Amino acid sequence: MGVRYHNYDAVIVGSGGAGLSAALEAGTRCKTAVVSKLYPTRSHTGAAQGGMCAALANVEDDSWEWHAFDTVKGSDFLADQDAVDIMCKEAVDSVLALERWGLPFNRTPEGRIDQRRFGGHTRNHGEAPVKRACYAADRTGHMILQTLFQQCNKAGVEFYNEFFVLDLLLIDGACAGIIAYELATGELHVFRSKTVLFATGGYGKIFKITSNAHTLTGDGPGVIYGKGLPLEDMEFFQFHPTGLYGLGILLSEAARGEGAILRNSDGERFMERYAPTIKDLAPRDMVSRAEFFEIREGRGAGPKKDYILLDLTEVGEEVIEKKLPDITEFARTYLGVDPVKEPVPIVPTAHYAMGGIPTNVQAEVRSDNKDGIVQGLYAAGECACVSVHGANRLGTNSLLDIVVFGRRGGMSMGEFASTHDMPDVPDDIHEATEKKLADLFEGGGPEYSAAIREKLQVEMMDKASVVRTDESLGEMQRILEGLRDRYKECRVRDRNKIFNTELVEHLELGFMLDMAEALVISAKARTESRGGHYREDHTMREDDHWLKHSFISKTADGDTRLAYRDVVMGRYEPVERKY
Amino acid sequence: MQKVTMRVQRFNPEKETEPHFESYDVEAEPMDRVLDLLHKVKWYQDPSLALRRSCAHGICGSDAMLINGVNGLACKVLVKDLKQPITVEPIRGLPLIRDLIVDMEPFFAGYKAVMPWLIPDESRMEPERERLQSPEERERFDDTTKCILCAACTTSCPIFWADEEYVGPAAIVNAHRFIFDSRDGGGRERLEILSQKDGAFKCRTVFNCTDACPRGIKVTKAIQEVKRAALYNTT
Repeated sequence: MGVRYHNYDAVIVGSGGAGLSAALEAGTRCKTAVVSKLYPTRSHTGAAQGGMCAALANVEDDSWEWHAFDTVKGSDFLADQDAVDIMCKEAVDSVLALERWGLPFNRTPEGRIDQRRFGGHTRNHGEAPVKRACYAADRTGHMILQTLFQQCNKAGVEFYNEFFVLDLLLIDGACAGIIAYELATGELHVFRSKTVLFATGGYGKIFKITSNAHTLTGDGPGVIYGKGLPLEDMEFFQFHPTGLYGLGILLSEAARGEGAILRNSDGERFMERYAPTIKDLAPRDMVSRAEFFEIREGRGAGPKKDYILLDLTEVGEEVIEKKLPDITEFARTYLGVDPVKEPVPIVPTAHYAMGGIPTNVQAEVRSDNKDGIVQGLYAAGECACVSVHGANRLGTNSLLDIVVFGRRGGMSMGEFASTHDMPDVPDDIHEATEKKLADLFEGGGPEYSAAIREKLQVEMMDKASVVRTDESLGEMQRILEGLRDRYKECRVRDRNKIFNTELVEHLELGFMLDMAEALVISAKARTESRGGHYREDHTMREDDHWLKHSFISKTADGDTRLAYRDVVMGRYEPVERKY
Repeated sequence: MQKVTMRVQRFNPEKETEPHFESYDVEAEPMDRVLDLLHKVKWYQDPSLALRRSCAHGICGSDAMLINGVNGLACKVLVKDLKQPITVEPIRGLPLIRDLIVDMEPFFAGYKAVMPWLIPDESRMEPERERLQSPEERERFDDTTKCILCAACTTSCPIFWADEEYVGPAAIVNAHRFIFDSRDGGGRERLEILSQKDGAFKCRTVFNCTDACPRGIKVTKAIQEVKRAALYNTT
C-alpha cells in the first residue's frame, strides 16, 4: 500500500459549514488544507432549510439577550451560558458576514434581510413568537454552503476531496495530524499538522428514520472516542417533529413558522394541549414527544394510525410556492402528496446530535471533564459540543453554531500554528492503520455489514429514540454487544483499490456502533428527563442531581467510563420549561 | 413489492478495459427511488458496486446518473415513473473511473473558470450592516441560486460531449447567479470570459440541460440571458 506525506499548519476534517468557516479563517493565517470524504458541496449543511437566527431586529424588536434566553430555555438549561452569550452576540456579525460574501437572503420591502418565526424563538423571554430567522427561501443551508464554498475557492483554499479520515495522530498527548484514505487510489495519506479541526457533522444514521445523509456516521467523534478521549452529552439526540412519513426527509419548521398546523387523526390541533402559548412552534423535543404520545394513544392518522398530519392547506398557495418550494417538492415527489391541497403525513425523524466532541469556546477539544485540553486539536459544528444546545437545540441555531464556532476554531488554529513548531511524526506511524485495513481484506465470512447496520438502525429507533426506559436501553446495550461481535467477523468483499466504497461503509459502521454505544450508556445513566432525553421511568427534570454534562470515554480494556462536568450558569436560573 | 430488473453499467479499471452491463433482480415498491434499488444491489447482492450518494433527497447532488437514457438524480427518480428493465449508466462526457463514478474535476474546473463568487461592486460603499437589495433585485437571480452542482445539465449537453473545453451549462448558470446579482461588480469580467470560444456562445439551445436539471432551473434561459448581456452590455 502506498503512503504519501503532507505538511500543514492546519488540517480541517470535513467540508460543511463549520469546516469551510474554519478554513476561511485559518487559510488567511497559515498553511491550511481541508480533508473531506465528500466534495464540499455534498455536505449536509446544504440540506438545512429554514434559517439562521440573529437578533438583527429588521422586522420586529429583538435583542441578542432574548435570543440567548430562548437558547438556554430551549436547551432545558443544560447549555453553557457563557458559550450561548458568545453565539447569540456573534450571530449578528455572522449573518452580516455571510451577506457581504454574497449570500442571497430573502429581503424585506425596504431591502433589508428578511426574518421569520421559528420554533422556540420568542420576544422578551417567552411572551410571543418573534421573527428572528434570516433565510433564503427554504434552502438557507444550501446557500450558506454554496457561499462558503465560493469564498474558499476565491481564497484558494486547498481541498483534498474524497479522502476518508482513519486516525488522529497524537504524540505525547498533543495533536500531530491525521491519517486519511484516498478513495480514488486506495492510498494512505499522512497529514502532519500543527493543528487539526474536526468538523465531520452528525451521526443520525444510527437511527432508521432520519433526516441525515447516508454519510453522517460520526467519523470525527468516532476517531476521538477510539483514542480514549471523552464525548460529551451523547444521550441528547434531537428528533425533529416533521420528517416525511416512512422516509424521514425533513420538512422545515419554517412550514409551521409560516402558519402550518399539526393535527391528529381527529383533525385536532393537539399542540394546544401541550404548549398553550406557542402551540405548534414549541421546541422540537416537546413537539416530537407530543406526536409520539398522540400516536401511542391511538390518535395517529392513516390506515395504521402511525403518523401525524402537517396541515399547510391554510398557509396559501403563494406562500407555499414562494417561501417553501423545496419542502413542497419533497412531499410531492416522495409521497405524492400536494401540500397546497392536502395535509402531509409526518413522523419524528432523527435529526441532530446535541452531544459530541467536547470543546471550550475557542473550539479547543477538552481532554477530560475538568479544564484539560488536547493541544492543537479543535472541533466545531454538529460533531462538537461547546455546549450551546444543551439538551435540545433550537431550530436555526445549528447554522449559527457552525459559522460562529467554525470561525473561532479557524482563528484559534491560526494563532496556535504561529507560535508552535511542526510536530515530529515517526515514519512508521501509519503501520497500525495499514494493518487494520489489510486485515479487513483477509479471509471472509457470511456477515454483511449492511445487515448489521440495518439491525442497528431499527433497534435504536425502537429502544433509544424519542422515549426511553432503563429496560429499553439495557436491551439495546445487549443488542449492541451482539452487533459488535458480528462486526468483528465482518470482512470487506470488494478487494479493489479504486473507489472501494464498501470499505468506507464498513469503517463508517464501526463509528456508528461507537456512537450508538456512547449514546445508550450515557442515556441509561441519566435517570431524569431533560430536553431530547426523555425517560418514561424518570419523567421529571432533576436539577439537584443532573444539571451537569456527561463525559463518556473508552478505557484501555475496552470498557466505558462516565464522568460529569458542571453546567456554566449565568443570568438564567432553571425554571420549569413551559411554552 | 414487485420484482424489478436493473441493468447497471459496471467497470472495474483494475481488471477490465471496457465497461459492461450486469443485470440484477431486486424487490421494489413503486415509490422506491432508483438509489434505494442500487443500495439493495450493493448491500445484499454485490458490495463491489461503486456509486456516489449522500443526502438521498435531491439536495447534495452526488448521485447524478443516466437512468433509462435520461440524466437525473438516483434519489429523485422513482420506480413508478420508469419503464423496466431500469438501465443505469454513469453521466456522460466526464472520464469514467469505476462503475457509476466519473471524474468530476473537469466539471469543477469549468465552474471555477467563471469566477463563481461575489465580486463586490466597488462603486458602492462597504455597508456597516447588510447591503440593501430590493425583493425584485433578489428575485432577478433566484432561479440560478438553486444549483447544486450535480452536473446533470453539463453532462446531458451534446456540445459538452463533443468538446470538453466548453465550460458547460452549470458553469454558465453559476456565472448568471452573480452577473444578475445587484451587489456584484464582476459582471463584465465574467461576460468577457464567457464570450470567448469555450464560453456561452457554444450553446446551441438543445434544451437537454433544462430537461435534466433536478432543481428545475431554466438552464437554457439563463444561458441565453448571459449571451444577451454579453452582446448588448446589459445586466
